[in-house]
Amino acid sequence: MKANGAELIMRLLERQGIEVVAGIPGGANLPTYDALRASRLRHVLARHEQGAGFIAQGIARATGRPAVCFGTSGPGATNLLTALADAKLDSIPLVVITGQVPRAMIGTDAFQEIDTYGLTVPIAKHNWLVRSAAELLDVVPDAFRIAASGRPGPVVIDVPKDVQLETIEVERLPEPGRPDAPPAARPDDVARAAELLASARRPVFLVGAGLIASGASDRMRRIAERGAIPVAATLLGLGAMPDGHPLFVGMVGMHAARYTNLLLEDCDLLVGLGVRFDDRAVGRAAAFCPQARIVHVDIDASELGKVKQPTLGIEADVGDFLRALEPLLGPCERPEWAARLAALRATHPLATPGRDDPCTPYGSIRHAAQLIGDAAVVTSDVGQHQMWVAQAFPFRRPRQWLTSGGLGTMGFGLPAAIGAALALPDRPVVCFTGDGSLLMNLQELATAAEERVDVKVILLDNGHLGLVRQQQELFYGRRFHASRFHAAPDFVAIARGFGLAAHDLEGCSDPLELLGRGLATRGPCLIRVPIAPEANVYPMVPPGAANRDMIGGETHATT
Amino acid sequence: MQPPEPLPARRTALRLLVRNHPGVMSHVCGLFARRAFNVEGILSVPIGDGARSAILLDVDEDARLPQVIAQLRKLEDVLDVRPAPTGREAFAATARFLE
Repeated sequence: MKANGAELIMRLLERQGIEVVAGIPGGANLPTYDALRASRLRHVLARHEQGAGFIAQGIARATGRPAVCFGTSGPGATNLLTALADAKLDSIPLVVITGQVPRAMIGTDAFQEIDTYGLTVPIAKHNWLVRSAAELLDVVPDAFRIAASGRPGPVVIDVPKDVQLETIEVERLPEPGRPDAPPAARPDDVARAAELLASARRPVFLVGAGLIASGASDRMRRIAERGAIPVAATLLGLGAMPDGHPLFVGMVGMHAARYTNLLLEDCDLLVGLGVRFDDRAVGRAAAFCPQARIVHVDIDASELGKVKQPTLGIEADVGDFLRALEPLLGPCERPEWAARLAALRATHPLATPGRDDPCTPYGSIRHAAQLIGDAAVVTSDVGQHQMWVAQAFPFRRPRQWLTSGGLGTMGFGLPAAIGAALALPDRPVVCFTGDGSLLMNLQELATAAEERVDVKVILLDNGHLGLVRQQQELFYGRRFHASRFHAAPDFVAIARGFGLAAHDLEGCSDPLELLGRGLATRGPCLIRVPIAPEANVYPMVPPGAANRDMIGGETHATT
Repeated sequence: MQPPEPLPARRTALRLLVRNHPGVMSHVCGLFARRAFNVEGILSVPIGDGARSAILLDVDEDARLPQVIAQLRKLEDVLDVRPAPTGREAFAATARFLE
């Protein structure tokens, strides 16, 4: 068959099973859009390339499979960079395809020319500048293979306009790219891990995004139950262990419940499963789990010993490791450790002030959780609301919770929610956001309205950059500066202006009824929840401090 | 009292086998820059039919070296990384062409 580069890209994406592509056309990728029009792919027109990148992330995070976004050269590519860097830090498989100026013009500072390859070297897992249409036959399947292999990540394919238009004769299309087999754990390492677990009196599992990526959350739970091993999660590991399970102890780190961080102070064996000992999770690394030996299992060898030197580091897919480990472990009850957990949980629980009032952070989250149920996918933006949701929302399954962890990108929540809703049209999607975050990708309300996605935006509006305000209060002598928005946008009018339904819990006679009505109506909707600017997220470990040094969040329970 | 002189860093060399294409050098050099790894010298020559290149890196021999090697191994275009302590002689021999 004869095909040009753009048509080849479409055939290869179709063969990869891609159904939805988010993007924005421009001069240098118009041939790609011309081929897209005639393809089986559904295009979602974002309103900013960063939105397109996060829509693709929402698809990838909700499904675990690589997702695709398009942008043109120059500003199209630079606008994608934040979403790309975000995907790199959280190990999300993305295939980003950008237009580039024609080959003969590269290096001439042509209109909308930028060195996309050079810009994306540090924030992509791999990248290509494609120099002929024939190269696409290798590059596109390779891009999907690399994005999904080992530790997943984003890749970039930069395609000059004349390569998109170059027609070649193709005998047969290559097979779709599939992930490489992960490294196998050495049997003696698994046996050693089993010995360490069997001899541990106070073990804890710390689970992260790597466990969720491996699809082994259920096996982890079975092993924890058999060995009476408490399970803590990183921000991105929430959902791997169902909330409410007696062995689940919540999120660890800067905004953990007090009992969670205190339990880790006492543990004598920490088994990290697909975690990377990020500073927001471990606090001052040298003081993290001071009494514990560490077993660290990760598919990425460079994570073993990067922050914390493990007693035993195992390079393996967490799921493969757990499959090998499970038959080596006998049942174990550990009554003293269970009693210690029960005592800490009783004396240092998470304080959730205002939990019955829907116009407070914890109250809005708790009521929304009850109203939407376990089927919903939950995204967040970044800041105080993100931490309140991480602390208080009862996540019960993997991939229920999509949030920007490593890069901490404000503006993530809305487009990621759109992506999740496109990928999983039968599930409701709720985006918790703040007024600072929502403004950073506000334009995607137009995309949500256009696509009629079932996304509910719950806006916790405190008129501030709340977590900045909180840090200024706690660590900068209450010298507040540039953290308050003096102009208060009318978010309800704005949402309606974009074509969404919108409700304001402020001043209404029955906020709970209105919250329920907003969440029950199908289609995109914004619900504004006014919250007090003085509300802080507690407990808080000061940046750089040890996790035991928490500020606030005492519940004054009987000790 | 003078502060003690810092001990001179122990140095060693790494030999990389890479795919030879425009951009591979920016992947390798960029990694050292963004992870704050020290590299004092770089030598690169195409080998065989030119589809591959060998790169010799003059690096610190310290506690971070295993992390440097692990990060290099993650680069898609880096096919092999191995310590090459005798490679340091190549830097000494090359220096006279550059002085």
